[in-house]
Amino acid sequence: MTGTQADIRHPRPSQLPASGAVRAESAKPPPFNAFRRFVRGFLARPSGVAGVAILFAFAVLALVAPAFIGPAQLDVTKVSGPLLAPPSAHYLLGTDESGRSVLALAIWGARASLSVGVIATALTVILGSTIGLLAGHYQGWLGAVLMHVTDWFIALPSLPLAISLSAVLGQGSASITIAIAVTSWTSTARLVRAQTLAVEARPFVERARALGASNSQIVVRQVLPNVMPLILVSSTLTVASAILSEATLTFLGLGDPTSVSWGSMLDSAFSRGAVTAEAWWYLLTPGVAILIVVLGFTLTGRAVEHVLNPRMVK
Amino acid sequence: MPADPVQSMTRGHPTSDAQMAALRRSLGLDKPIWLRFIDFVNDALHGRLGQSWQFQQSVASLIGSRLGPTVLLMGTATLISVTLGLWLGVRSGWRHGSLFDRAASGVSLTLWSMPTFWLGMILLVTFSVGLGPIPSILPANGMSDPSISGALPHTLDVVRHLVLPSMTMVLVVFAQYVTIMRSSIIDELGSPYLLTARAKGLTDADVRRKHAVPNALLPTVTVIFLHIGGIIGGAITVETVYSWPGLGYLTYQALKVPDLPLLQGTFIIFSSSVILMNLVADVLYRILDPRVRAQ
Repeated sequence: MTGTQADIRHPRPSQLPASGAVRAESAKPPPFNAFRRFVRGFLARPSGVAGVAILFAFAVLALVAPAFIGPAQLDVTKVSGPLLAPPSAHYLLGTDESGRSVLALAIWGARASLSVGVIATALTVILGSTIGLLAGHYQGWLGAVLMHVTDWFIALPSLPLAISLSAVLGQGSASITIAIAVTSWTSTARLVRAQTLAVEARPFVERARALGASNSQIVVRQVLPNVMPLILVSSTLTVASAILSEATLTFLGLGDPTSVSWGSMLDSAFSRGAVTAEAWWYLLTPGVAILIVVLGFTLTGRAVEHVLNPRMVK
Repeated sequence: MPADPVQSMTRGHPTSDAQMAALRRSLGLDKPIWLRFIDFVNDALHGRLGQSWQFQQSVASLIGSRLGPTVLLMGTATLISVTLGLWLGVRSGWRHGSLFDRAASGVSLTLWSMPTFWLGMILLVTFSVGLGPIPSILPANGMSDPSISGALPHTLDVVRHLVLPSMTMVLVVFAQYVTIMRSSIIDELGSPYLLTARAKGLTDADVRRKHAVPNALLPTVTVIFLHIGGIIGGAITVETVYSWPGLGYLTYQALKVPDLPLLQGTFIIFSSSVILMNLVADVLYRILDPRVRAQ
């Protein structure tokens, strides 16, 4: 058994049929070259570079925010600004209904919005890929059951389901994260299952099976590396929709009432009369922030998709 | 739960702990969650949606009274966004890579990246409250002005109220129809039957309209019906922003208490409408595509 394992890990081309050798090599090219080729292809797409630049800027801003924003700017009892004041030299993007700087709130809100988006995506991807891989590999009763569960979830409208889930789980970012993951894993699962079926039909998987590889070896060593690029692409696009869902659920009042996020800013802008007060700076800022970040993730995801799968370029 | 329903229902009234406990017992909130779930499934299977906690009305009658406005809003928005999306998609796909294509893709991608409710608030501030030089030209909330009587003035008033909510939904939703139609037109572009049509001497517009579009529509129709779940999500937030008296706003009102029987009721309605639309998509596909019917 040890011999077989070693063979799977280091396929010796001389022992393989010609097609198998080519497949095995193209499946695992030297990592550095592949990475360089990927970077070169990605840099050739300006929209993708712009997307990455946006995301990088927002990530840096969110990470260094604690250095210059503290309770003095965020605590409603400690701030002393004018209420709902339009942009001025001192408050570049105006103030909210309790006199806090909208700019400081928007920068601080990036932390909550981005972290919920990223964590929800991580959960989505783990759940979706595991179910997709299992459903694609075990095509007997297990695959059938998993696909039926997936279809059942697809039939449920996602926002009402997320609302009901967070209503049951309680208010807070943890329940929003779970609600987003539970409502969005299905598309990842379908995608991964389809790709798993395609990969398993290729000769190198049959060869591994013939050499006595176990189910887990086939899934982890043969299928997963070939499905991974697709998972990465879909996860970039999932973050975009997760951030939108986070904003929507928080706007509906399901978020953590003590923390500041872009969704909670819009919620208080809406419920504290920013609309009738024509406080456009208060409405515009968080929304534009969401728009830019979602666009950043979408552009990045599409560029990665095109580089990894040139056939999709249309 | 966003809040304790018993606490938010008794807010503003002096209530003793014993009264709160009695209310909790009468609502069934003292039972463990699995028992409540079994009760809910049992009731739902028998068609009993229960009594709303905040409105002194049955859930079924509440849903019945709110169904019309939602169907009106979602129907209008879907109709406009499908027409607009398909038209733009056909144009973009037919000349893909052109300036028109890139502009259409860019605009729809940007609009798709907006939270629906945010776009709603921006349109509300701009056109209803009136911002700067723009006067207030459209009503802010509700579905009609109760002071207007007579059939025709009332209809016109409803249309006026409908403009902003349906525009918000259209702007966010049409992007996905553009994308789907564009890629299915591109899939058809290289097909031999288009070459035949051109060889017959048809004009470019005729080749597109009479040959490419009908074939490209097939995959698109299914997707339109499958997207109904997303439109429901948009309806919830748009109705909330515009206080449109439909099922979405009802869901929001239920969520604020939380009025669990009402939430369950709207959830059942939303899910069954998605399942119904899936069924319609299947049936329609058989009608539209003779190849599927033959099997």
